[in-house]
Amino acid sequence: MDLDNIASLEYFLPEFILAGTILLVIVLDLGIKNKRALALVSIVGCLCSFSATVHLYGAPGGLMFHRMMALDHFSLFFKLVTLSATILVLWMSLGSREVATLHQGEYAALLLSSALGMFFMASATNLLMAYLALEMVSITSYILTGFLPRNRRSSEAALKYLIYGAVASGAMIYGMSWIFGMTGSLDYGQLHATLFQGNPNRLALFIAFVLILAGFGYKIVFVPFHMWSPDVYQGAPTPFTAFLSVASNAAGVAILLRFFFPAVSQLGPDGNWRFLSGVEWPQFLLVVSMITMTLGNLSALSQQNLKRMLAYSGIAHAGYILMGAVVLSNDGLQAMLFYIVVYLIMNLGAFLVVVVVANATGKEEIEGYRGLAWRGSAMPAIAMAIFLFSLTGLPPLAGFVGKFFLFAAVIKQQFYLLAIVAVANSVISLYYYARVVKVMFLDFPEPSDSTIELDPSSATLLGLLSVMTLVLGIYWGPLVSFTKQSLQFFTN
Amino acid sequence: MTDHVLSYMAFFPLAGAVAVLLLPSSRPNWIRWTSVIFTVPPLLLGVWLYFHFDPNNPGLQFVEKFAWIPSYNIQYFVGIDGISISMVLLTALLSFLCIFASWGIEKGVKGYYALFLLLDTGMVGVFIALDFFLFYIFWEVMLLPMYFLIGIWGGPRREYAAIKFFLYTLFGSVLMLLAILALYFTSEPHTFDMTQLIAQGANYSTKPIGMWPFDQLRWGFQHIVWMGLFIGFAIKIPAFPFHTWLPDAHVEAPTAISVILAGVLLKMGTYGILRINFPMLPQATADLSYAFLGVLGTWNIIYGALCAMAQKDFKKLVAYSSVSHMGYVMLGMASFTPQGINGAVLQMFNHGIITGMLFLMVGVIYDRAHHREIEGFGGLAAVMPVYTAISALAIFASMGLPGLSGFISEVLVLLGSWQKSPVLTAFAATGVILTAGYLLWTVQRVYLGMTNEKYKLMPEINARELFTMIPLGIIVIIVGVYPSVVLDLLRASLNQLNQVVIPHLS
Repeated sequence: MDLDNIASLEYFLPEFILAGTILLVIVLDLGIKNKRALALVSIVGCLCSFSATVHLYGAPGGLMFHRMMALDHFSLFFKLVTLSATILVLWMSLGSREVATLHQGEYAALLLSSALGMFFMASATNLLMAYLALEMVSITSYILTGFLPRNRRSSEAALKYLIYGAVASGAMIYGMSWIFGMTGSLDYGQLHATLFQGNPNRLALFIAFVLILAGFGYKIVFVPFHMWSPDVYQGAPTPFTAFLSVASNAAGVAILLRFFFPAVSQLGPDGNWRFLSGVEWPQFLLVVSMITMTLGNLSALSQQNLKRMLAYSGIAHAGYILMGAVVLSNDGLQAMLFYIVVYLIMNLGAFLVVVVVANATGKEEIEGYRGLAWRGSAMPAIAMAIFLFSLTGLPPLAGFVGKFFLFAAVIKQQFYLLAIVAVANSVISLYYYARVVKVMFLDFPEPSDSTIELDPSSATLLGLLSVMTLVLGIYWGPLVSFTKQSLQFFTN
Repeated sequence: MTDHVLSYMAFFPLAGAVAVLLLPSSRPNWIRWTSVIFTVPPLLLGVWLYFHFDPNNPGLQFVEKFAWIPSYNIQYFVGIDGISISMVLLTALLSFLCIFASWGIEKGVKGYYALFLLLDTGMVGVFIALDFFLFYIFWEVMLLPMYFLIGIWGGPRREYAAIKFFLYTLFGSVLMLLAILALYFTSEPHTFDMTQLIAQGANYSTKPIGMWPFDQLRWGFQHIVWMGLFIGFAIKIPAFPFHTWLPDAHVEAPTAISVILAGVLLKMGTYGILRINFPMLPQATADLSYAFLGVLGTWNIIYGALCAMAQKDFKKLVAYSSVSHMGYVMLGMASFTPQGINGAVLQMFNHGIITGMLFLMVGVIYDRAHHREIEGFGGLAAVMPVYTAISALAIFASMGLPGLSGFISEVLVLLGSWQKSPVLTAFAATGVILTAGYLLWTVQRVYLGMTNEKYKLMPEINARELFTMIPLGIIVIIVGVYPSVVLDLLRASLNQLNQVVIPHLS
């Protein structure tokens, strides 16, 4: 079903609600004294958008706005993921002292704009649309990274992010121009037809794909486009770092999958995808994935700042997630979607603990977590242990199930070397995650360490995320069916 | 009630962990007694199992099975047979006694008992799980509590010991995970059900893979999977060269945890090989077990004994004696004779009981003297006669004195392996002499001779400590005099297991 501009509007309700909320927040910001209310308004807006998105599950799939965007289960899945991340991050921001010092109206509006950009990233079916969506997310991210007033680290991070981002998107649009030159089209559907029917130059295509990968890889954070991430993670306001680590990563995966799977691969009847023959892009991705996870984990080993460590751990996780794409099978893609949901929960949880501890102590160094379990409420320490062990991939926690599906997909397609590299990396990662757990539980606090207090709202969120991490580790049947169902692209 | 005996045994302690968490931490005694209350039912159920287990049935008994995650064919599937029953009983008994052995823990009592009970669930679960996925979950569930129990309540180098244990075991288990997935995708329809995976044994190719070094070794898919599983299990046993975590973990762990580590956790390695490698991959077992079980086992016996002899720390000596004694289990398994394999499993059981006693024995003097230097004691027999008597029982049992349980299993192992390889058996037999050497030397230095002035007034072993050791002592004597009480349970299943592998031996 191809929809024109007017007919598309009916299916554009989630975006409208989100855009309306952004405007409402900006207007309310002028008059309202209690800035916390703005975050609550944003949360309500996101919830409305969420329910509107859920309602679209009944709608027939199709291409909207003259084939600019797809309406299918795949895009709906990523919209729900983005909204969940936004809601959780806004909730997290409510309890953050760091965010309380900012211009909260603008903070919320920018966060929501970023989420809106991610909506477009998830559904774009045209290279130009994809580029614009990516830029929308990038620009809001640059601003939010440098949002801490009079903070040199934050400003430096923002500048670094901007420069890297400009280079990456420059490379990407250059790659897109090659594709356009070879096929005469920006539309995924036509591009697919031309590539598979004609006989384009394989080397030129390979180069174009690698250039495009620079732009996507910069969002997903894989090597060698990862250099910005440790500085940005460390410098940005913590709740936004959390947002960046899960939502931005997920949107990057969405745009990557939609381009490299339905647009330039073909799905066989056995559930395996066939990439354009003669283009060694999957092998390239295989190497990238292995290097990414190894480099991320090895660099994380020696970090002293927890946010920085989580940045490197995020790089490693990007490597794990990529495994699902390397194997070119529906099982792999499904495992990626599953992992994104699980990663969202456990990583946001870990950042929430960072926020809670920073509120009480102002410290983000691992040393500031000394004896956390024995300083007032033990809940943050226990929750952190759950999240970190889940990130390691230990059962019975959600992270294990996520890794299990990824490994299963890899073994099924007989990529044994990749599987071995990945499990070896899991063992390495245990070392640095366990180091934090060690500091929290095995070391004892010194008299100078302040006690940790939990406000009820953060405590509720922390409880919610820990319980979800546990429950998804034991009973994940519904989530698997949901991801299976979400793996439906509308192409034409 | 009786339909779900095994589940009750596994999950009672978990319920106990939750109950303990709900109690106020200001009442340590409530917590301790609650833990007792939740470990008694598994023990009583274990006794019930002992009397209702049909020893002539080689198949699975007390089976429970229902779908867990149907889309991936993952089931909750538990049951026991002759391979596992002795381990389940051992776990129930040692967990119960270790609650008492932990009475002296004062720091973070609530956390300690909650983690201990969680560990208990994991241990029972491993021995009863028959679905590979479930098995792996239980296997890993033990890791976390163990890390904290060693890391928080352990000795001076506890942090190092805890992370070393954790990393070693995780390394082994991820290899195991890959092997499990490889088997899953080879089976048709894909399944984690161990009984079905065994039935599909013919699917696991033994054709050598044309890639170096596998073409030289003549290893096929089956051999590689075997090795993946074996390394995972060998780390737990621990077989040389994966044993280095053991002395650290045992020495740093609190007494009760050392008992659990040596008594139960080490057995999981050999249990896993018997439960999984033997029936599922019989050809690879036949090809590889001489080198990796027989030779390594013999090496474990001698190497462990020599290391034990060189130790100055009493607990480390006991730890290395475990390495040595687990070697007998491996050697017995590699023989594929009825005596050998029955002796191996009996040795697993006996070693659990005897080493448990030995660690409790070390714990008693450590609690009093706050050090474990063998040379620092002397003449304790005069000061603590009751303690010395019961220690002597444990030490002589460990040495393999006729009439005590260790003797029976070691003789069975040696009898069995003689039929297979007199050379290995001859080497292994020298281990018996070395064992007698280091143990008697220890008796001489700690219990006999001049009494050390410092310990003239050392209080005698108390009632609680006696209560933890006496049941084990009684079992040592009963099994030593009349081994059929245990052997009868094992025989049918183990002989059937042997028959699976024997046709593949060249």
